[in-house]
Amino acid sequence: MPATLTKPEPRIAVVYDRLRPEERMLFESFEQEGVAFDQLYAPHIAVDFSDAVPWSKYDVVIERCVSQTRGLELSRIFEAFGSTVINRPSVIEVCGDKLATNAALAKYNVPTPRTGVAFETDAVLKLCEDFGYPIVMKPVVGSWGRMVSKLSDRDAVEAVLEHKEVLGGPQHKVFYIQEFVKKPGRDIRAFVVGDEVIAAIYRTSEHWITNTARGGTASNCPLYNELVEIALNAAKAVGGGVVAIDLVESERGLLVVEVNHTMEFRNSVTTTGVDIPARVVRYAASLVVPR
Amino acid sequence: MESIDTPFGIVEADPAALELGEILVTEDGVEVEVVGLDPLRFEEAPQEDEDWGE
Repeated sequence: MPATLTKPEPRIAVVYDRLRPEERMLFESFEQEGVAFDQLYAPHIAVDFSDAVPWSKYDVVIERCVSQTRGLELSRIFEAFGSTVINRPSVIEVCGDKLATNAALAKYNVPTPRTGVAFETDAVLKLCEDFGYPIVMKPVVGSWGRMVSKLSDRDAVEAVLEHKEVLGGPQHKVFYIQEFVKKPGRDIRAFVVGDEVIAAIYRTSEHWITNTARGGTASNCPLYNELVEIALNAAKAVGGGVVAIDLVESERGLLVVEVNHTMEFRNSVTTTGVDIPARVVRYAASLVVPR
Repeated sequence: MESIDTPFGIVEADPAALELGEILVTEDGVEVEVVGLDPLRFEEAPQEDEDWGE
């Protein structure tokens, strides 16, 4: 009787909502690496907690949702059903909230810009006076440099506070304030996969916000000891996995500004010469449970 | 490539190569998201939300 070849059941899944270039690159890398995987389109997922079978078959789930809320909930579900999730819900909780990130980084003595929080107008203004102008005000939840303000004086702070009052909602009553760090027209993004910093880029812009999502341009940043050490420590502080660490160069050395848990890397593969999606796929494959 | 008539306008794409979550732009500049493959279904792509990011 001839042997029948059956395709192995995928033990890895990628859950996503919007198909960005990064998700396409990951899917292509799975194909190139010969690793079986399932694509799970998050908007179509309907979970019945009394039926774990469809969800517990994956050893590893890579969470790639552009909606952080949806991504966090799905990572909780998959972890509850026994999968190793990249990234774990605890990592998403920390990285998705700038204050939680700061708390985690402080615990590991990771250098950051001077940062504070206040919840009421007078307390915010006092904090700003203590820091000295200009200051940077950011929403605790948000990405791509959205709603980040550089405020040069008390009048500007009062204007933003008034706008936030009108916006309403509990998130707009948490005022996250950071010293303005004079940086050399660029910042650094380091990509961490597991226990390794695999690559880094400079993001350069004439604007003080250097996110590539806001028009910053990427160029290769050679890895060096201080960068690797701080990036790894920052990744460890938030719980590890696959993360991108954003840093600024200052007179006090490198300072970590934020840690991203669903990192974008579309501009960084050609720039660095490092096949970032392939490294993520290999890392995920290394977490598959041997049977 | 084919012209596909969506409720939001015409897009140029290869129907066999479309993937869920893919964003296409109609001739009039409307962003549409592929939300079903068999049969093909499209919805107007959601705009950036407060919790979107990396």
